[in-house]
Amino acid sequence: MRHLVSTRELTRDEAIGILDVAEDMAGVAHREMKKLPTLRGKTVVNLFFEDSTRTRMSFEAAAKRLSADVINFSAKGSSVSKGESLKDTAQTLAAMGADGVVIRHSASGAPQTLARSGWIDAGVVSAGDGTHEHPTQALLDAFTMRRRVHGAAARGKGLDGLTVTIVGDILHSRVARSNLWLLTTLGASVRFVAPASLVPIGVESWPVEIGYDLDAAIEDGPDVVMMLRVQAERMHAAFFPNAREYAREWGLDDERAARLPAGTIVMHPGPMNRGLEISAAAADSPRSTVLEQVTNGVAVRMAVLYLVLSGEREVRS
Amino acid sequence: MAARTVLQHADITRALTRIAHEILESNRGAADLVILGIPTRGVALARRIAQNISSIEAVPFGVGSIDVTLYRDDLASQPTRVPAPTDIPAEGIDGKTVVLVDDVLFSGRTVRAALDALSDHGRPRAVRLAALVDRGHRELPIRADFIGKNLPTSKSERIMVRLEETDGIDEVVIES
Repeated sequence: MRHLVSTRELTRDEAIGILDVAEDMAGVAHREMKKLPTLRGKTVVNLFFEDSTRTRMSFEAAAKRLSADVINFSAKGSSVSKGESLKDTAQTLAAMGADGVVIRHSASGAPQTLARSGWIDAGVVSAGDGTHEHPTQALLDAFTMRRRVHGAAARGKGLDGLTVTIVGDILHSRVARSNLWLLTTLGASVRFVAPASLVPIGVESWPVEIGYDLDAAIEDGPDVVMMLRVQAERMHAAFFPNAREYAREWGLDDERAARLPAGTIVMHPGPMNRGLEISAAAADSPRSTVLEQVTNGVAVRMAVLYLVLSGEREVRS
Repeated sequence: MAARTVLQHADITRALTRIAHEILESNRGAADLVILGIPTRGVALARRIAQNISSIEAVPFGVGSIDVTLYRDDLASQPTRVPAPTDIPAEGIDGKTVVLVDDVLFSGRTVRAALDALSDHGRPRAVRLAALVDRGHRELPIRADFIGKNLPTSKSERIMVRLEETDGIDEVVIES
């Protein structure tokens, strides 16, 4: 794998391959020695143009467990605030000898630009770009679902027949988009449930069913309910009247959580707005996978970094 | 390309029976023994050797597999390899005698990686090496303790080990 910037371009075999490698990586966390020598001598740059704590820490932990050197770059207080372009930043990193670049950017398409521009030879991994994609989040969500469904015998399997309902701010959500492509590739069927004002234009052409009523979606008994964070920082218009109305119509409160079938799992990519899109009791219940998602995130990112950074790199002529 | 079969089903079975006896002899029984196969074919061989050992001695011992992909020294110069599962018995390897099992012993680099992987899982009392075929051409100071067959080869020849579990047939073939 040369880069990972989108789940849309992954084939089913590639996706299952990444999840299988992540199974091996997950085993490392249970050993006394939690480090592998695999990427010794490689340098990974975390290039974060947008705030993130958990994704950056997760990538950093993953790279360090594989013995890579990690350089953290955040746009705040860097040369970017002095007006440096993405191209110049990239070429500076190339000159420092970066083997892999993990990039988060508020502009959709920035990772693709970096991967295809020829500015840099390093492998590019997207850590979320604008409202486009967040591929490693989708992979760790799929990994978490696969483990809950198949347990220890998860290797080699997809998510065939699984019904997944993703609830909330679809319009701004790169997590929803990446999950849609990946889960569909793996054989699951996806339904979006959202206020009509938070459904993107053009969604009819996506392989997804759209609903506007959370109670109706819960009646259908989905295998997975994924609650999305209400992204206040991206809400530049009045998409819904107020937080209380959002919580009443679209939030997973205690009463709705109690109506879910026994086996249904509740997911959230974090950070959670407790009391808004998810109640505290639903977030802390045994059916919630919030902390499993964090743990699995490290294993999945180890797998992605291994697959992107190991192996012969074709040298650009 | 000429192919020559050097070991058949009966030869492989006899070799593995002998190796099982040799392991028991050198370890003075099956106590504190852990047999670990190196994927892919080493795992099948480890299981067969373990079966032979339990038909001789009634003492329980550990069987599993140890993947070395993430410890290889050629990761940067080869196409990306996909790791195989590692399965260390629950009782661990601390203080045990570990017997690593592989199909072909060649450069010794796989075994070097396996020794590194093993030290990340614990501290065995001793580590031994069993191989179905030793074809020479070592690049590291490593030798096997238990060998099915020594096959002097030229470096241009290829040794193919096929086993019923993975390939549907038991045979060792030299291709030149």
